[in-house]
Amino acid sequence: MRDTNDIEALIAMMARLPGLGPRSARRAVLHMIRKRALLLSPLAELMTRVARDARECLNCGNIGTQDICEICEDARRATGLLCVVEDVADLWAMERAGVFKGRYHVLGGTLSALDQVGPEELRIPKLQARVESEEITEVILALNATIDGQTTAHYIADQLEGRVTLTSLAQGVPIGGELDYLDEGTISAALNARKAI
Amino acid sequence: MDWRDTGILLSSRRHGETSMIIEVFTPERGRYAGVVRGGASRKIAPILQTGAQLDLAWRARLEDHIGSFTVELQRSRAAVAMGQRLALAGMNAVLALLAFALPEREAHEALYQKSQNLLDLLDQPDLWPLAYLQWETALLDDLGYGLDLKQCAVTGSTEDLIYISPKSARAVSSKGAGDWANRLLPLPPALQGAATDDTDIVEALRVTEYFLVNKLAKDQIGKPLPQARARFIDALQRRATSASAE
Repeated sequence: MRDTNDIEALIAMMARLPGLGPRSARRAVLHMIRKRALLLSPLAELMTRVARDARECLNCGNIGTQDICEICEDARRATGLLCVVEDVADLWAMERAGVFKGRYHVLGGTLSALDQVGPEELRIPKLQARVESEEITEVILALNATIDGQTTAHYIADQLEGRVTLTSLAQGVPIGGELDYLDEGTISAALNARKAI
Repeated sequence: MDWRDTGILLSSRRHGETSMIIEVFTPERGRYAGVVRGGASRKIAPILQTGAQLDLAWRARLEDHIGSFTVELQRSRAAVAMGQRLALAGMNAVLALLAFALPEREAHEALYQKSQNLLDLLDQPDLWPLAYLQWETALLDDLGYGLDLKQCAVTGSTEDLIYISPKSARAVSSKGAGDWANRLLPLPPALQGAATDDTDIVEALRVTEYFLVNKLAKDQIGKPLPQARARFIDALQRRATSASAE
């Protein structure tokens, strides 16, 4: 009976994960139990290790298993180039693209009047300190193209103005995008950012 | 229960994995909240950028339920606002103040019209600050804290009005002020409709701030003013400083 309760508790816990509901959690747990050696035991070991070791990088806010993450430690990365992102998921997305060879700074959110999130709740003071201490020459504001994202970008730009070159990601037509399906805001941004070919 | 109207999107926040709770300002029903099912999807999330003008259909089983919205974009203001620092700060200030100050489900038709007109001026950075100041006085007026600047509260004179009473929000002339002058607020020319620059507008916004903070925020709502307003004034002050340096 106790074992069944544990399984039910595991299903209930899994059902709280993003993208899963009670039915899909039940299927996942059943699948893992059937493939105990292949999936369940290694997964349990990995989760124990991650729960023990995962932490935020003290420098950039990325998630790793050391106090300073691999990206910050990597000597091959360009010094002087800093990419500011909203969340760790955005950092991982940039890394998947594999085109940026500098270092990152994770803010941990955006300014929001509604949720009472001010600059002190984000890692903006730490960003200012890094710009000074790491001799940064360019800060790329890779924040989401949303009102909150751009409000935060402008706020950071105000704080760093005159101390460093500030750039932001372009906004416009996505690769594979069709104009007919784009919203008017994206078309307007794309037209403003047009370039000679 | 159901209704259909147009409205300005004041705020949106995530509700569960797929939905959003939005607050809108409508002409006939004032500030109204509801759930947008599937609002966090890639298709609908870009529509739900604050400041957007939306076509709204609201439905609930009972009137006092939060209800759900179906939304369609009438026009987006995000692209204009996001490209300009001052416009973005100003739009955020307007939306944050409306969400902060307006009671729920109470019509403010005149203020709605003024808010819509102001937001439609976003792409005109030279007109925007003065229009914002006029909008803020209209907001105070609509909420019962309007400034009365036509004549002196003491003498009835319409000349030489240089102070404003922090208590009654009425203008006071230099003669009428007498020994009380040091307890009164200055009456900036921008509040009297004189053609002005950014510095004068900032000065006038300090006066409206007094009434927003002390009458509205402290006495009525019991919360501090949204930071978005202070950020807008900082941005305007910065523009004024750089203009005077040139």
